[in-house]
Formats: sequence, C-alpha cells, structure tokens
Amino acid sequence: MEVTIPEAVSYPGARRPDRHRWVGSFGVKLASCEWGGEDAPPLFLVHGGSDFAGTFDGFAPLLADAGWRVISWDHRGHGDSDHAALYSWDADVRDALAVLDSVTPDAVPVVAHSKGGGMMLQLAEALPRRMSKLVVIDGLPSPDPHPDVSDHEEHSLSAKNLAAWLDHRRTAASLHRKPGTLDELARRRKRMNPRLDDNWLRYLVTVGARHDPDGWRWKLDPAIRMGGFGPWQPGWSLGRMKSLEIPLLGLTATVEEEMGWGTKHQELIPYLPPGARLIPFEDTGHFIHIEHPRDVADLVLGFLS
Amino acid sequence: MTVFLTHNKMKLAFHTLRGGEGPNLLLLHGLGDQSPKAVPADVSGWPGSVYALDFTGHGESTMPGGGGYTAELLMGDADVALAMLGRATLLGRGLGGYVALLLAGARPESVRGAIIADGHGIAGGGDRPGPTVVRGVPERDTTPDPFALVELAADLRPAEYAEKFVALACAGSGLERPISVSAKSRPDWLKAIFLGQGVVEATLDEALRHYAANGTG
Repeated sequence: MEVTIPEAVSYPGARRPDRHRWVGSFGVKLASCEWGGEDAPPLFLVHGGSDFAGTFDGFAPLLADAGWRVISWDHRGHGDSDHAALYSWDADVRDALAVLDSVTPDAVPVVAHSKGGGMMLQLAEALPRRMSKLVVIDGLPSPDPHPDVSDHEEHSLSAKNLAAWLDHRRTAASLHRKPGTLDELARRRKRMNPRLDDNWLRYLVTVGARHDPDGWRWKLDPAIRMGGFGPWQPGWSLGRMKSLEIPLLGLTATVEEEMGWGTKHQELIPYLPPGARLIPFEDTGHFIHIEHPRDVADLVLGFLS
Repeated sequence: MTVFLTHNKMKLAFHTLRGGEGPNLLLLHGLGDQSPKAVPADVSGWPGSVYALDFTGHGESTMPGGGGYTAELLMGDADVALAMLGRATLLGRGLGGYVALLLAGARPESVRGAIIADGHGIAGGGDRPGPTVVRGVPERDTTPDPFALVELAADLRPAEYAEKFVALACAGSGLERPISVSAKSRPDWLKAIFLGQGVVEATLDEALRHYAANGTG
C-alpha cells in the first residue's frame, strides 16, 4: 500500500510544547512536556482517561502566555509514555507524584480534567501539603461512574461484563490498534468527542497517533480497555471531598456525551469543601477547556492569582 | 514441569505438580509467596491433576516495573491458567483465596468450586479507602516484587463487592456450594460472605473431597 505523508496539520491557537523530557516512575518512563518559561512558576495539567498531554495544545499556551510554566505528561500507556505491564488508579496517582517531584518539592497548583480530576483529589487527600490549589474540569465525583475510570470503580459487575473483561485480558498480548488514514482516526475519535471540531480531531491524530507504514494508529496501549471494574464506590469520593483543605474550583459540563462525567451541578453542592467554587458551563460537553479555552483559561488564571 | 503462560505483557510460571487423568486442581498462592515445588501433603488426596500458578511479581513470573497491582489483575492471571485447563477447582491460600473467589464469580462455568484457605494477604486493605499514595519502593528486580507486597496488602475488599462475586458464582456455576471456606481467619470481606448462600465452612480435606466428587458437573 502506497503511503503518502500528509501535510502537517495545524489548528488555530494550538501550539506544541516548548520542551519535552522523560520522567521515570520506578521503571515506567513517562513523557512529560512543558509550555512557557523554564523559570516561571509551575502549573500542572492532568489529562483524562484515553487522552494525552497533547489534548492541552490549545489550552496550555493560554496559561503559559500568562506567565506560567505549564507542565503535563502522558499517563502510563497513553501518548508517548511507556506501555506498562500493569495499570491501576493508584499507579497513575504515583506517576503523577513522580512528575510533580521531578519539578519541585513545593506545593503546586494543578488543573485536571475528567479522570485526572479524581486522581488529583486523591493525591490532595493523601498529601495535603503537596498541592496549593486545584481546578477540576468536569471530573468531580459523581454518583454515576465515568467510563474512563472504569478500571477503578464498581459498576457493570455482571457475568457478561466480567467474562468480556477476562476475554480481553486473555488476548491483550496480541492486540494491535487498527490502522487508518488520518481522517479515519479523526472520525473514530469523533464518536467519543462528538462536540469537538473535525479539524481539532485531525490535529489530535498527528499528536496522539503514530504514522506506521500501513497507516495511522492511536498510541494508546491496546491493553487499556473501557468497561473494567473494581471495588471503588463513587460515593466514597463524594463523601471525602468535603474534607479537602486546599482551594477548589470545579467546572461542570451541562451536555451529556459519551465520555461525559455525568456530574450534576446541583447534586455536587452539598459535598463541596468550604470555600469551593463550582461553575456550570451552559451548552457545553465534557471537554470544557477545548470548547471554551479562553473562558476556562481566564477562570483558572483568576483563581490562581 | 513449568511452562510460561502469557497475560498481556507478563509471562506467568505455570507448574504441573502432578499430571494425569481426573479433575484439575489449581493452587493459588498467598501474598509474597510462590507455588510449591511438589504437591503439598494436605492436597495429596486429590484424585486428579494438580497445577500451580505464580502470580505476576511472584516466584518465576514477570517482575514488572512501576507497580499497578490489583486483585482483579491477579484474577486475570488465574484466568489465563484456567483457559489452559478448561475447568478446575481452585484452592487459594490467603490472597489467592480472595482471587479464587473473584474468579469463581467471573468464570462460574469453568471454576468447579473455590476453596478459601488461610495464608498471607487474606485481609487485604480492608473495606474502605484511606487516602494513600505509595510514592515508590526502595528496590526492584527482586521476587516477590515489593510493589506487589505494598499494593496488594492495601487492596480494597468491600464486603458488598465480595458478596456480588458469590452471587455470580451461585447463579452461574450450577453448584450448590461454589465456595468453601477452610480458613480460620475472618477479615471483613470473608465475614460478610461466610455462611451466606453458596458458602460453606469445611476442612480442606472435606472441601477437596466434595469438589472432586461434585465439581465436574
């Protein structure tokens, strides 16, 4: 099959990171990247499940240009990071800490999306002096588990789903991502990100997929699969949120979609820690910072100032 | 004889302790332990083949870097062995007993009885989470994997979660008593399922005799 290399895809406002470096997490190599001045104060961005740091290419530059050293990384099995032998929620939290530790031992502000929000809530509870402020973009706990935390929480515990998960594990070693053209991969992602601009999704392919001789393939480890299960119960996270000791800003979506967290703004209010602020985005889906990068950046910058 | 089975990126040591005809017995070891080299005396009366599996990070199996252990992952380990055997009775000691319970619920047609016996790591991390992050371990490339020891000792085992696996085992196995408990220790998850439907207390010898006679159907 003849392969033609497509022209570089660009997207208005999107900017690749200024620097890349590797961070070791006890044998797992994590691809870390940064926007903005090396001497600027650090600010961390945490992506959600099945995503990668490059999904911040539109949002991160807005924060960097306002004077922050913006640092993100691909979670294990995602983007350019190692495809690990094992995946777990706790391992993801430990990896996050390895990235923070690689920059500074001081308390730092963090902006986290989706599953990343849940992870960073756990880190803030475990090490209450490690984070100075936390922004969670459509990732605060919900009574309805989110699909990208499905390896962590108890749901779908049916005979059929358990067997399907085990069947996947039996064959995981031989799985490969299906190749396709750039446009085909963008269309596949559209199913998970139906509200996002087609050109943005095409751009994401050039960052989150690799170009093999037989086509483009998403870099996400094929061993990672939606529809897992675990003992965690969503109510635990909700109940514990009230004891969070750092300033919290939560942004919630109002339009449900495939990857949506399902968090209901009103339902969260009784569980918020003192002083927390919760802002719903009208007519907006799960990827609030991609639909409204300027608005979200302004809110974050105001919150951090 | 030892062969290596593939579970994702791990190679798992699968030991045939006694081959031959008759029902299969699969031994699942406790936390930090590994498979015995020969058929243990307390299961010598089993009338069929006896196999044993080293979990990920234990014995001769792969030592992965960076941790990420869960009991569910180990259930996946045991399921790869079950795929090899078709059907088997499971004897799990400690952590292996909890894994046996999970697999009995997830593969009820293939697991012909699960026996939960005393051993290391039977309690796990309890019923509810404490806010924790394991920052790392001081060394790697040793067996058992230090990450396995730390993470699987803290692995959450809510009572209601364990109860669901018992219910699935009851619904799908066709066995009157898919779970037998010979363990004397009673962590909360085991208390919760103990003597509920499908769970009986039995000596190891009695449980083995029962499944040898009734487990193949």
